[in-house]
Amino acid sequence: MRTPLDLRSKAESLASTLPPLLAEAEQLAATVLLGDHGRRRAGTGDTFWQYRPAQNTDEARSIDWRRSARSDTNFVQDKEWQIAQSILLWVDQTAAMSFTSDKNLTTKGHRARTIALATAILLIRGGERVGLTGLRLPPKRGEQQLAQMATLLSEDSPQDYGAPESQGMLPHSRALFISDFLSDLQPTREALFKAADRGVRGALLQILDPQEEAFPFDGRTIFQSMTGAVQHETLKAGDLKSRYLDRLAKRKAELQQLARMTGWQFQTHHTNTAPNTALMWIYGALERRT
Amino acid sequence: MWLIGPLAFSVPWLLLGLIVLPILWFVLRAVPPAPIKRRFPGVALLLGLQDNESQSDRTPWWLLLLRLLAVAAIIIGFAGPVLNPQTQKIGSGPLLIIADGTWADARDWPARQDRIDTMLAEASRQGRAAAVTTLTDLPEGGITFQAADIIAQGLPNLTPAPWAPDLAAIDIFTTTFDAGFDTYWLSDGLARDSRSKLLAALEAQGNVTVFQTPRQIFGLRPARFEDGQIILSATRTPTGQAATPTITAIGLDPAGVERQLATVDLTFAAGDAMAEITMTLPPELRNRITRFEITGARSAAAISLTDTLKRREVALITGREDREGLELLSPLYYLREALEPTADLIDGTLDDILLANPDVIILADVATLAGTEADDVLTWVEKGGLLLRFAGPRLAASETGRIDQDPLLPVRLRSGGRSVGGAMSWGEPKALAPFTEDSPFFGLPVPDDVTVNAQVMAQPDPTLTDRVIAQLADGTPLITRQTVGEGQVVLVHVTANAEWSTLPLSGLFIQILERLAVSTSTQLPDADDLAGSTWLPNKVLDATGRIEDGSTLPGVAGEVLATGAASATLRAGLYTGDNRQIAVNIMQTDSTLGPAIWPARIAIEGIATQRESALKGWLLATAIALLFIDVIASLAIGGRLRGPRAGAMAAFMLAFMTLGQPADAQNDDFALRATSEVVLGHVLTGNDEIDAVANAGLLGLSQTLFRRTSIEPADPLGVNIETDELAFFPFLYWPITRDQTLPSREAYAKLNRYLRGGGMILFDTRDADTSGFGTGSPEGRKLQAIARSLNIPQIEPIPADHVLTRTFYLLQDFPGRYASRDIWVEAAPISAEQADGVPFRNLNDGVTPVVIGGNDWARAWAVDDYGDRMFPVGRGQVGERQREIAYRFGVNLIMHVLTGNYKSDQVHVPALLDRLGQ
Repeated sequence: MRTPLDLRSKAESLASTLPPLLAEAEQLAATVLLGDHGRRRAGTGDTFWQYRPAQNTDEARSIDWRRSARSDTNFVQDKEWQIAQSILLWVDQTAAMSFTSDKNLTTKGHRARTIALATAILLIRGGERVGLTGLRLPPKRGEQQLAQMATLLSEDSPQDYGAPESQGMLPHSRALFISDFLSDLQPTREALFKAADRGVRGALLQILDPQEEAFPFDGRTIFQSMTGAVQHETLKAGDLKSRYLDRLAKRKAELQQLARMTGWQFQTHHTNTAPNTALMWIYGALERRT
Repeated sequence: MWLIGPLAFSVPWLLLGLIVLPILWFVLRAVPPAPIKRRFPGVALLLGLQDNESQSDRTPWWLLLLRLLAVAAIIIGFAGPVLNPQTQKIGSGPLLIIADGTWADARDWPARQDRIDTMLAEASRQGRAAAVTTLTDLPEGGITFQAADIIAQGLPNLTPAPWAPDLAAIDIFTTTFDAGFDTYWLSDGLARDSRSKLLAALEAQGNVTVFQTPRQIFGLRPARFEDGQIILSATRTPTGQAATPTITAIGLDPAGVERQLATVDLTFAAGDAMAEITMTLPPELRNRITRFEITGARSAAAISLTDTLKRREVALITGREDREGLELLSPLYYLREALEPTADLIDGTLDDILLANPDVIILADVATLAGTEADDVLTWVEKGGLLLRFAGPRLAASETGRIDQDPLLPVRLRSGGRSVGGAMSWGEPKALAPFTEDSPFFGLPVPDDVTVNAQVMAQPDPTLTDRVIAQLADGTPLITRQTVGEGQVVLVHVTANAEWSTLPLSGLFIQILERLAVSTSTQLPDADDLAGSTWLPNKVLDATGRIEDGSTLPGVAGEVLATGAASATLRAGLYTGDNRQIAVNIMQTDSTLGPAIWPARIAIEGIATQRESALKGWLLATAIALLFIDVIASLAIGGRLRGPRAGAMAAFMLAFMTLGQPADAQNDDFALRATSEVVLGHVLTGNDEIDAVANAGLLGLSQTLFRRTSIEPADPLGVNIETDELAFFPFLYWPITRDQTLPSREAYAKLNRYLRGGGMILFDTRDADTSGFGTGSPEGRKLQAIARSLNIPQIEPIPADHVLTRTFYLLQDFPGRYASRDIWVEAAPISAEQADGVPFRNLNDGVTPVVIGGNDWARAWAVDDYGDRMFPVGRGQVGERQREIAYRFGVNLIMHVLTGNYKSDQVHVPALLDRLGQ
């Protein structure tokens, strides 16, 4: 089911409905590489920005002779400063993400991968550089990158729960973390702080199954994690519902708080809703000017 | 056996098992319900949560009670409880078993035989001698008691008889009793005079026990015919609730096959023993009825054979109907009066009448018949018709039969006739002479007051005496007769009204008509009429009401027949003799049925209620039902009715409970919708949107076909290839979606049968904008996967001379929403060659079973409920043109499906015209 090709084609179809996502560029000196969207100021680039009178410091070969011939002074053609943003993605590929409550619904992991790759495609079309965190795939552009990313995203991790990988994040780049964030929050917190330290901003997308929101259980039940490593036995599952929902709400609030502190965006997405909503949200979140 | 009130247990010690129940209660209480294991990633959030109450794992008391009840039911069930246990009466001495053995017994005779059989078996076990007899077939010389098992062997020979017990025979029977014996009397439940006497005689010998069922017995009385209506009445006993038995009239149809000719529901009001209903039937139908029966009642009394319903059709024609209002002078007045009660009269012109093929035509004072009418009437007479003519002034004045004998007159006539006893003539009016022995009227009394004033005269002739069947006192012929072919011509030499004679005023007139078989009598002939005659049984009834051939039975004397009551000598049935039939029925016109009343000292047992009923089955069934409830309740308590797979469980439960509900109605409805008109079908893909679009597309195409061509399809239908019948559809549109499931083996078999049988499938991958045929688009790959197991012939891109290009419109492009030219159809045979002077090859075999493309035709065709286009095609005028071409492609395609290679065959038109020399 989750062959790279399949993942790619699904992501393609998802991506085809949106205009190219142009991430807002910031003052990111060191990581800025040439891209094809303008910074609305003169700088290195390919497209014309303005003519300005030549200074002494300008080299003679930079003078635009066609413009200069129409007046007495020499003019230099300024190009619009074009930069490319680096966006790093982290997608939870652990066993917990392979859960689905209904065979008609996709698994959380599949949804996460689809959304991540769609984002990557949009960004690469917009001229950005996209990669995966943890030095697995440095940010690059081009179709080849997408193919590699699809291959890497198709892998499954044997672990039960995952934590965001903050390694390899370039300073002042953008990042997107997609997970269910149900496990211990400490690694996430650390990763976010680390990212904030480097000036990295981004978005947290929490993907949940509708059953994880509803907790429609009753009776004597042993709950197991997907690998079976963690389990909890209850005699009356129905009684746990309100407390579970409280904890879930608290978890979301915590993530929201964390995002606010670090300047990130946070959103919860359910697998029974259309993936476009999540993609639209990511579009907005990554474009947001802070 | 261990008895508590009406309840007995065959294995009572098993009831000790009930002691276990309290122990079970404690055990079950101690064991909590088994936990379910669920995979749930949210468990991370659950860690550390404690249950509020530790008691909640206990099985609730009502569930425990349910289980204990189930176990108790099982224990009690296996202990073998029996309600109303049959306590066998121990008797001694010989046992006489008497069954009434009448027609009223016939319905449940097998049950009676079973009853007798069990009693004989019981008697055999107890070593008692036994004898069995029916009251309708009493053994001559008294009863002989034999070993019960020997008697039991003869039991199958014991049959009910279609008559009531004979009082005299019973009297003789009672005198033969000597040794004391006990009696079981299986009564048929009808009141009868003979009962009390026989009962007294039996009681003198020993104990008498009576078995009697409370079943209702119906008796159908003979049908009467009054005022053009058939009156049916029936009686019943015992009277009870309202009942509506159906009465069926049975007779031969024109082909000679016995059929139900009419049915009518007879309604007994609650508490009424009698019911009556009238039935009106056309004479043609009524004459065919041979019997009435109460449907479903297996009894000879529920059948009434008819003999009086058949009435002759008599056509009346007169030559003089011009004098309006003078009814008493009308030549037909007295005939009408005489015949109306007993015959069906036909009026009309002779031509019309002959078509109806009446039994008798009466011509009153008609001298000549015009042209071909005479020949027609003669033909009719030769085939067995009876032509009865009356004289009159016209006949007397005409020249008919003067010189040569008219074939439609029995004698030659002298002109003028004669008149006697009038004011202008001599002599007295003439009286009738007694009828001679060879006359059909022999035996009829001749009244004195019948006189003749005028008559037409027969020409003296050597043959005249043979033809005279009635004459006047002076020897002049009054009625003459001649046979013609199979029929006969009869002339009454006086008028049919009272002008020439007083004959029509007398009772003799009616009797003469009866004897001439012009009319039939409704009265049963009395004993005097029947005296001395012998009647042969034609059909006889047995006790169950089955009709048997009676030709092997001896004839019955008329005196016996006149009694009318069925007996051993006079079986109920149909008797023939002397040109007529008489029916003998069990029920007479005034027969009633009454319930048998027994003295209070006699024990009466009903055959049905006496049965002991074993409760084991019921208890075990209850236990199983309780356990089922327990299963559902346990699942509910254990939380298994919620969460994942609960739906499947519920579906299984529902399916289990509604097992055996017929789904035929739905299938029939589908089949009716698909076959009552041409219907285009689309394969359901499981994707609601695609299916809706496909349906809307075919609706648009159907409407276009309706408007433009002679194909007028009904609304399209979605077809589930797994469950629905495909053969109803000439054409299937199959949109390919990437995620549709592959058909099952059965569905593939069905599809291949469909393709072989001339069906066509239009595969549409709907992706012609992005990919071509055979490329790796998801739909394309899915199509390849689907088509792999289909029986599709070699295909090729549609050639420019394919018949699809000209079945209705001339087309070269087949666009849908997309305008790809990548359309594939069955490849033409390699041998196809270009014909001379024809722009296309000689391809006239077969309809392509598949058309494959990706132009998303359904979207181009689709219209919504208001007939508006649902999807844009292209841009502006060019787009509209493309849509138009898409519709034309659809029209061509359906034309191709429905007319096959008709357009391709037209290649041969020039050659055919050439050969015809045109």
